Amino acid sequence: MTPAGTVAHSRLADLVGLQRVVADPAQLAAYEIDGLRPSAALQPESAAQIAEIIKFAGSEKLGVIAAGGRTKLNMGLPPKRYDLALDMSSLNKIISYDPGDLTLSVEPGLRLALLGEALAKHRQFLPLTVPYHARTTIGGTIASGVDGPLRQFYGTARDFLLGVEFVTGEGVPAKSGGRVVKNVTGYDIHKLMIGALGTLGVITRLNFKTFPVPSATRGFVARFPTALQACDMRNRIARSHLTPLTLDILSSSVTEIFESDIASRFESEPLPPNVLSRTEWALSAGFAGSEKVRERYLADLQRITAASGGSGILVPEETLAAAFARKREFVPITLDSSPAATIVRMSVLPARIADALTFAQNAAEANSLRWAALARGLGIIYFALLPTGLNDQGRQRIQNATNSIHDACAKLGGQSTIPWCPTPWKTSLKVWGPENPSFPQMRKIKNVFDPRGVLSPGRFVGGL
Amino acid sequence: MKSDLLRDLQSLLGDAAVLHRPEELLLYEYDGSVEIARPTCVVFPRTTAEVQGIVQLANRYQTPLIGRGAGTGLSGGALARHGGILVVFSRMNRILDIDIDNQRATVQPGVVNSDLSAAVAHAGLHFAPDPSSQKACTIGGNVSENSGGPHTLAYGVTTNHTLALEAVLPTGELIRIGSPALDPTGYDLLGLFVGSEGTLALVTEITVKLTRLPETIKTLLAIFETLDDATETVVDITARGITPAACEMLDGWTLRAVEAYVHAGFPLDCAAVLLLEVDGLTEAAEQHAEDVAEICRRHHAREVRVARDAPERDLLWKGRKNAFGAVGRLSPTYYVQDGVIPRTKLPVTLRRIDEIGKKHGFQIGNIFHAGDGNLHPLILFDARDPEQFRRVIAASDEIIKFCLEMGGSITGEHGVGMEKDRLMPLLFTDAELEVMRRVRDAFNPTGILNPGKIFPTKKGCGEIHVRPLPQSVATTGFTVA
Repeated sequence: MTPAGTVAHSRLADLVGLQRVVADPAQLAAYEIDGLRPSAALQPESAAQIAEIIKFAGSEKLGVIAAGGRTKLNMGLPPKRYDLALDMSSLNKIISYDPGDLTLSVEPGLRLALLGEALAKHRQFLPLTVPYHARTTIGGTIASGVDGPLRQFYGTARDFLLGVEFVTGEGVPAKSGGRVVKNVTGYDIHKLMIGALGTLGVITRLNFKTFPVPSATRGFVARFPTALQACDMRNRIARSHLTPLTLDILSSSVTEIFESDIASRFESEPLPPNVLSRTEWALSAGFAGSEKVRERYLADLQRITAASGGSGILVPEETLAAAFARKREFVPITLDSSPAATIVRMSVLPARIADALTFAQNAAEANSLRWAALARGLGIIYFALLPTGLNDQGRQRIQNATNSIHDACAKLGGQSTIPWCPTPWKTSLKVWGPENPSFPQMRKIKNVFDPRGVLSPGRFVGGL
Repeated sequence: MKSDLLRDLQSLLGDAAVLHRPEELLLYEYDGSVEIARPTCVVFPRTTAEVQGIVQLANRYQTPLIGRGAGTGLSGGALARHGGILVVFSRMNRILDIDIDNQRATVQPGVVNSDLSAAVAHAGLHFAPDPSSQKACTIGGNVSENSGGPHTLAYGVTTNHTLALEAVLPTGELIRIGSPALDPTGYDLLGLFVGSEGTLALVTEITVKLTRLPETIKTLLAIFETLDDATETVVDITARGITPAACEMLDGWTLRAVEAYVHAGFPLDCAAVLLLEVDGLTEAAEQHAEDVAEICRRHHAREVRVARDAPERDLLWKGRKNAFGAVGRLSPTYYVQDGVIPRTKLPVTLRRIDEIGKKHGFQIGNIFHAGDGNLHPLILFDARDPEQFRRVIAASDEIIKFCLEMGGSITGEHGVGMEKDRLMPLLFTDAELEVMRRVRDAFNPTGILNPGKIFPTKKGCGEIHVRPLPQSVATTGFTVA
């Protein structure tokens, strides 16, 4: 490891210009990852500069981590080396946007919220309604692989990312995919970049398919005494012809968190009253369309709610945005709700959501841990464990509970990771889940793109 | 005397699962493209273990190894460009598991695309990728090529519907990647392997998503007096935020060829038709059908026909699905291109294709997935005439280069294969191709699996890592009685 401050700043200034080298310790604090502070942060203005920086880092055996809005850098294992932060915020342009063709090419440092405004002028959007929406960049969203409620209908980034330009760990500018909506030319390397935490390349450009904004979106919430009933409704919807835009199941414990002051840090408008209950599970579904279509949705959802033994209401239109924002920001809101919040991300077959929730709930309660859960209808569950303190007792409880949840997910044929937990606990928890049978193949990939281990070293699965 | 390789393959698989006589190999020289390459032998494994055994033998004898499904591919992907063992998966054709509740199916690679949809239709489900060859092509082939089809405009291509694979690497290692549950932990290996054109692994098992059949389907045929009116309609439909399930276009010449063949009642005097489909919830599909019809009329559609029932719908689709067959009646050979352009560039591109056809003296029919800008110009020629063959490639290259000038790509769904490897440098720098080569080499280190595909051949055969075939193997296919 290179001790902080030993990287020759004059060399860095040669690469990006003196005014684009951050070396002031106070400013560098903002780039800390898991308590590690880089010796400098660079603010490159082009892919060519990034390529030179990476080549330099390779020759000096430095670790480089790219950062955008710096909202999710705590995901993954602590970096093995972290000498240079690449602050991507200057690479923030929309390179091309063709509304008629519904395609878009952007630089990674562009904030998602700003991109959303530009697309909204043409009544289009990218269905990446991800947490930290106000601050996150498009590059960070792709590199972290986070999802959002709209994946129920639109899928994830891998379904609408058309191409990527990136710089490899050897400083080679490269690309994959293209700018057209249908393309099978060459390997789909761009898919590898999604969720890789920057371990395979520094993303310098992203091409997407955009989508028309659905007309007249509405929200429906059904409430049930048990998780099983909420899951039953999910299964009934899956068997119906309804194709809702969002479909999420929330535990009753989410209500208190969503009503708290902490939630209002992320969304100032209050939660609509009487939509969620502190004693009941909720299934929340979004839909859109003409008046006839909306009437059909409402009628069918009411009928299915009754069949599953619950009661349903239409979310008042004027409060829909506030309710949706909370669902989108579930991760940051729950992380702020405990001094040692730990979120397990479980993935199971959709018909096993109820089983997975039961296992996780039992694991939490057996270890006297407060918990809250948000399950996407497609089988992704964010299970937040909320210890009362960042201490040994808390760590032991979290360790026990997360190990049980990992085991349960494996038994259900799914998988689980711990994307968010306190840094000091990362060494005792299985952050990337149980041993991964695909690890040898992943190591081959890492060796192709970053043989010297320059990029985000150590943060990924198995310490890649 | 039998070669050692053949003897070992026969002892592994049984005599009936190994073809090697020249007359037996003839069929396997071809796929759906204009390329030809003869394998040394053809084998038909029945199990993953047999596939592993074949891979071991290929390594022992340093013989190329090529996977193949039904041989309907359109870029030579499943041809033995440098000879070797052609591994045909047609006997690994069992549907292993259907999970209706979770909308998943696990199949062997030789399962025919439409057979899977037929097997789950009772539950109101289907496998969404629908290449035009879906009654013959295999799901293993779809996975290798990341196949599309008319309905991928709304439903996505094969990679959007594939969840997990079991595969044998060319080193003999058996791997499982992906997961029936979403978002498998780690790098998206599945996203890399799907569409890798059989250059990374031989796939032996596939888990896919099943999609619910729509409640209502509305199929429309819009008839236009000019090509520009038709293409501008496509641009306008997309711009208005309607995503049809399918948006196919046939130009007037192709339509006349089709009508002469299928007698579906298509007009003989128009410049183009659009075959449009909208589906979903009844209320939504009906509304969208009205909207689409209105947009067609605004762009001077002479007539908009709406199928009233399933037989009428099938009749409208009959023209599209039999188009290639219809053109085949008119010409000894035709060359299908697969360029992609941004949708907004459709009018100018079609005009340019027409010019290119006239310049080279070829009739070019256009039948394509207009909604996603995926063109399939059909160039009619006589492959028996070497001069025509040379010119057809020249015309085709001009079309592809124009697609690239428009910001497009060289292949939308047919793959690079051995047809377009030489065009790859138009899109990728040497350094970028080198990155892709290293990805291939990470899984296919000796280059034994499907050599001569995707990557442009360097001078002096530097591309092919496998050593020249031992004489006994190289000549087996032609000398053994």
